[in-house]
Order: sequence, then structure tokens, then C-alpha cells
Amino acid sequence: MFLNATEQTTWLPQQASTVASEVDSLFYFIYYWTIIFLAIVAFCVFYFSWKYRNRDNTKKLKSSSHNTILEVTWTFIPFVLVMIVFFWGAGTYMKMNVIPYGAMEINVTAQKWAWNFKYKEGFANPRDLVVPVNTPIKLVMQSQDVLHSFYVPEFRVKMDIIPNRYMMTWFEATKVGEYDLLCTEYCGASHSEMLGKVIVKSQEDYEDWVEKANVIDESIPLVEVGETAYKKHACNTCHSIDGSSMIGPSFKGIWNTMAEHVSTEDKLVDENYIRESILYPQKHIVKGYENGNMPSYKGLIKDREIEGVIEYIKSLK
Amino acid sequence: MREYLENNYLNDKTTIRSWLVTYDHKRIGLMYLFAIMFFFAVGGILALMMRLELITPAGGDLLDKNTYNVFYTLHGAIMIFMFIIPSVPAAMGNIILPIMLGTKDVAFPKLNLASWYVYVVGSAIGIFSIVSGGVDTGWTFYTPYSSSTDTAVMSMTFAVFVLGFSSIFTGINFIVTIHKMRAPGLNWFSLPLFVWSLYATALIQILATPVIAVTMILLIMERTLQVGIFDPAMGGDPVLFQHFFWFYSHPAVYIMILPGMGIISELISTFSKKKIFGYTYIAASTMAIALFGFLVWGHHMFTSQSEFAALIFSVITYLTALPSGVKIFNWLATLYRARISFEAPMLYALNFLLLFAIGGLTGIFLGTLSVDVMLHDTYFVVAHFHYVMMGGTVIAFLGGLHYWWPKIFGRMYSEKWARISAIMIFFGFNLTFIPQFIMGSLGMPRRYWQYDGLKNTDVFHFYHQLSTIGSWFIALSFLIMLVYLIHSIKNGKVAGSNPWGALTLEWQTPSPAPAHNFLEEPKISHGPYDYDKIEIDRTIDK
Repeated sequence: MFLNATEQTTWLPQQASTVASEVDSLFYFIYYWTIIFLAIVAFCVFYFSWKYRNRDNTKKLKSSSHNTILEVTWTFIPFVLVMIVFFWGAGTYMKMNVIPYGAMEINVTAQKWAWNFKYKEGFANPRDLVVPVNTPIKLVMQSQDVLHSFYVPEFRVKMDIIPNRYMMTWFEATKVGEYDLLCTEYCGASHSEMLGKVIVKSQEDYEDWVEKANVIDESIPLVEVGETAYKKHACNTCHSIDGSSMIGPSFKGIWNTMAEHVSTEDKLVDENYIRESILYPQKHIVKGYENGNMPSYKGLIKDREIEGVIEYIKSLK
Repeated sequence: MREYLENNYLNDKTTIRSWLVTYDHKRIGLMYLFAIMFFFAVGGILALMMRLELITPAGGDLLDKNTYNVFYTLHGAIMIFMFIIPSVPAAMGNIILPIMLGTKDVAFPKLNLASWYVYVVGSAIGIFSIVSGGVDTGWTFYTPYSSSTDTAVMSMTFAVFVLGFSSIFTGINFIVTIHKMRAPGLNWFSLPLFVWSLYATALIQILATPVIAVTMILLIMERTLQVGIFDPAMGGDPVLFQHFFWFYSHPAVYIMILPGMGIISELISTFSKKKIFGYTYIAASTMAIALFGFLVWGHHMFTSQSEFAALIFSVITYLTALPSGVKIFNWLATLYRARISFEAPMLYALNFLLLFAIGGLTGIFLGTLSVDVMLHDTYFVVAHFHYVMMGGTVIAFLGGLHYWWPKIFGRMYSEKWARISAIMIFFGFNLTFIPQFIMGSLGMPRRYWQYDGLKNTDVFHFYHQLSTIGSWFIALSFLIMLVYLIHSIKNGKVAGSNPWGALTLEWQTPSPAPAHNFLEEPKISHGPYDYDKIEIDRTIDK
């Protein structure tokens, strides 16, 4: 249960990156010392409480009220221990922060409340970060709006994403599989729904995936493309499909109706209106949703996906 | 002197006006006590509702997401700024400090009253921001979210600004009082350790609080005048806000914990009937914590600042942890070869030793750079913080409340129910927060309204359930406490001047204390912990 295991234990998630086991060793080192110190404290509290409890005939026992050697000892031993922990922790930390030369770069865009990953091959993938196993991956991360934080428990990786600058981190996955990607810096109403997946594939599967990701599969019906895009681009964190009002207006039954705007003229919800709303969301603000602050999806969404969303909205009567 | 002083500060004058314009530190402290207990109840109810929402993985069982975000923000802001910061210094300290020093009042009684009114105004602004829609930024008000959200950030930050002044007023008052108003013969090294802790706290209050005031004003300026300070959209720097915020808020956790440690020193020595072990080391470590506390703010930002800064802050963090460890060892050594009795205040002191030890040791995990990267912003941090703040400060505060209750009201509460409630809090607290350590290290992020659809959802669900059940235990024990405490004010047994046989000065005057604290000038004939030299009979039966 307390061994440094690669599978999930009571305390720690599965180890799926190169740094995980190093971090875990230090975690357990501190953990055992915590147990030892806690045992000392608990022993003193309970044993002394029982042994030196006051009874009517208790006599005063002789005992001194200061002892310099004792004070120095119980300062010095913890000092040595925390210095060990400091240097050990600093060493691993530097390893986690110094990005290996030649790592494969992926650009990460975080925005309320969605992840998007841009690949050097010239395409973007929403929500899911797909990477090859045993390859150092460098993430160049930016935020479109507020603070976010990139966190994958199985990789022991976390880095805040601060708007208006690039934040870098890296990892090397050691196991093929799917891992949760969580936002850990509070970013507003749907913070807890800003979830994604890191999908680690074997080198071959990864290459296959890249090939397919670049090609648009025309055989999938547009409305399905739209439904997938609706979920993958996290439209669902703000726009419902059942008519309920969330951070933005619901998609249900809006097709071919007039959208009432705050300071611009009212517009008919048609193909061009939906396209414009995805790419330039701040152009028209629908009444009652003044504080939605939808970010632009320009460059993050494919044309076919926009067409799909249009079809999808049409289907929601 | 086993009697109830008929002519005391409580009934000296009885009109409402006489309370509202009183300069009596005991009455001001009592008004603080009622105000903070009210906010403690409000913050606690918010926490119970959040725990109830988290009992299932899906969101929306009880609260919608916006309400949840508002609730956790208000829980934090109310508990920190309206309860914990004024709890021990402004309430307990106000009532006890001048009597402990053998003086009639604090140095500036009018400033003392002003601080209460400033606190009330600040809290009223805080309540205003609650009823005008609440705030959803978290108590940390991180930019740029706080500069862009449409909730009542302005009034809440202004409330924090105003509350800061009340804290500064109290700090100034205590420093001058401790320097200038000590009874003749009471020198620095015969001061009770509670006084030392209040002194260190007051220093932090004066030096650190202005920084949060300035930060809050800058945030308000940014929102109203659109000056780019923290919001990158206007050319500002959000990390600057984090630096400013933690430059106050880290020392502020020592404002919260140091006075609690002071209470524990009093309790352990009194109920062990033994001289406190290592008086000078405890006093010195108190000052060391106050000093080092200013230099560790960056450990809140290991995942957002430069690696070099993180290294520096990590190493200073450890140096700050050591004095707290020294205190724990000294308290344990005090128990050795003592004569321990287990009245409710002592049960709280023993609670404190165990819970604060866990809180402190789990801090080592978080101070460690590489391990913190994993644990940062997860439930592990939430649990650590609650072990230090609730397991530490609140438990110490409750210990102090039970210890000085007979001095404040002249009557005893039901000892049996007080013990039951103290033990229940211990179990309820651990049941609530130990599961949070585990799910935090497994990767459950904090400030999550729902946790459905994750790999570990089932595991988190189990621990969240335990945690929620634990929170009901805590609530139940507080209800019991409320009943027996209120009951005791009128119906409790008369306590007499010194129910615990303690040696500090506040026990040499009748209970409740007379309006001017002492009927005759107090005599300093022994040190505060000289239980090895003299013995004073208790004025109640054991």
C-alpha cells in the first residue's frame, strides 16, 4: 500500500511519466517521517496524559523547566531532515522544469472552459491532447482569458497558464492509455467542467492518428460532426441543448429566429450569423447574456466543424 | 473567593447605550466575541451546504454552480477576514490581555472602541456584497478573473480594506499596552506566553495589513478607472497581484495561528500544574515565526513564478517551520512528569497538539518543490489549511473560550457536556479532513463543484461522503456547545476567582472582573508558571 508502486495506491495515482516515480519516492520519504513524528507526538500526549494524570495523592515530581541540549537537539534533527527534503525536492523540481532539448512541441490554448491543442503538422485538436509514448513533449501554453492550470495527476505535472505570456512545461509519458486532464486554477462558473484527456498512443498509432487528423472524413454526416464539435470544443459548458439558460443562450429552437442584441441591430439566426458568432463572438451580444465573455474560436475550429455546428443547431428544434 | 462578584463589568451600567459607547476593553472584547461567533456560524453553514452538494459526484444536487462558487468564496472570506483574524486577538486578547498585565485597560480605549466599529462597518459592507449577489472569485481574489467577473468584487474587496484598519488599530493598541501598561514588577520575561504571542501578532498586523489594503485599492482602481495593474488585457501583470496578495496573506496566517499557540501555552502549563518547559525558547520562536513569516509568501506560487524564486521561498519556508516544531516539543516536554487534569480546556489543548502536528507535518509536503507541483490546488492543500486553521487556531480559540469563560461570565458551563463536545469535535474533524488529504494527493482539484466523469470519480465519491458525514459531526458538537454555554450564563455554578488554580494575574481578581479589573492593585509575587514553587487552591471542585 505504501510502496512506490507504478499502479495507483491509497495515496497516489498511477505513475505514467518519467518524473512520477521520483516525485513519489520523495512523497513517501516525507510520509514516513510524518508518521514517525506523529507517532512521537501521539505517544507523548497519550502516555504522559495517563502516566502523569493528577490524582489526589499525586506528589510534585522534580523536573526541570529548560534544557539547552534538548532544545538544540530537537531543532537540529528536524533541520537536517528538512534540508534533505529541500535539496531532494529542488533537484526533482529542476528536472521537471528544464525542458529536454529537441522535445516535440505542442501549443496549448486554454480558455473558459475548454482546452485546445495545436500541432506542428498544421492542425488543432480540441479537448484531447494526443501524444506518442516515450517521447518528451514540450507544451507551449497560453490563456485567452483568465488564469488556468494544466494538471495531469498521473504525470505529476502542473503548470499555471497566465494570460499574455507563454507558460512552458514538459512531460514524457511512459504508458499507453488515457489520463484525465484537469484545470486546477479557478476560472469561473464552469471551472470543474474544464476537463480533457491526455491520450498516450504508441508511436505507430500516433502516426496513424496524425495522418487521419489531417484528413477530413467526409463520410461522417455533418450533424454528427456538429454534435462532436459541440462537446469537444466545450460549447456545452455555456450553451444548453434543452432550452435551459446557462452562461450563454441555449441552442434549442434558435434556428431561424431573431436574436435580440444589446447595442447592435437584431439579427436572424442563419448560417452566417452562427459562423460569425463562433469566430467573432463579441460582435453581437444577445440580451440577457452581457457577461458571457465568449472567446473567439478563430483558428481553433475547422470549417467543416462550423458547418457541422450549423447543421446541429438546425436539428435542435 | 468562591463567589460571584455582584458589582462587575457586565452590570456596571446596563443600558444598551452604555455598551455601545463603552471604553471598557472587556465589553469591547465581548462585543467582538458575539460578532465573530455570528460570522463563524454563517461561514460554517455555508461550508455544510457545500459539503452536502459534494456528497454526489454530479453537480446541482443542492446548489447550482454559480451558487457553489459564491458559497466557497464567502466561506473563505468570512472565516478569514471576519472570524479567524479578529478571533483570538480582538476578542479573547481584548478581554484578557489588560487583566493579564495587571492594568485597568488598553493604552487607547477610544481607539479600541473605534476598531470594533470599523470592524462592524467592514462586516456590513461584506454583508452588503453578499446580498448584492455575492462574490465568486475565491477568497484569494486572483486577477484577472477578479477584474473581469460581474459579481460584487468591489464591495467585498472594500470590506477587506476596511476590516484591515480594525486589525491595525488592535495591533497598535496591544503593542503600546504591552510596552507601557505592565503592572510594576512585571518584566518582559515574566510575561505570560499568551502576551508574547499577542505582541508578535500585533507586529505582523501593523506591518503586513497595509499591503493588503493597498492591493485591494489597486484592484478597485483597476476595475473602476481601467488602470492596467493586474489585468493583462490592460497591460497589467496577474502574478504581481499574487505577490502582493500573499505578501499580506501569508503573514496573516501567522496572525491567525500565533495567538492560538499563546493560548495553548497557558492551557498546558495550567492544567499540567507544571512550569512551562523552555519559556525563552517558546517566546523566541514566536518572534522568529513573526519575522520569517514575512519572507515565505512565494511558496503559494510554485507553479507560477520563476524556478529561482521558488527555490529561495522553499528553503525559507522550512526555516519557518522549525520554530513551530520547537513549540510542539516544548509543550510535550511540559507534560512530562507533570500533574495533568483533563478539564475541557485541557482536552482542547491536547486536541491542538495532535491536529496541529498533522497540519504542520503536511505543510512539509507542500513546501517541497517537486511534491508541491503535484499537490498544489488540490484537496491536500484544503485539508492542510483546515488542520492548521481549524485544528490549530479554532481549537485553541475554543480552548481559550472554555478556559476564560468563568472569568468572563463568573459561572461554569457543564463540564460533562463540554468534554463530550470537545471529543466529538476531534473525531468529526478528522473524519472530515483526513479523507481530503487522500483524495487531494490522488488528484482531486479544489474549488470543483462537480467531479463526475473522472477516472477516480468512484474513489473521490467515497472520500467526499466520509468528509460530508464528518462535517455533520462537527456541526452537532457546535450545537451542543452553543446550548451548554448559553445555559451556563444564567444557570451555571458560580466559578469564583480562580477555578483552575492558575497563576497568571487575571485569576487574582474576582469573576466576573470588576469594571476596572482589580479591586486592589495586583501584586506580582511569582512568575506566571511557577507551579513548582507555589500552589493555589481552585475555587471550584474538580
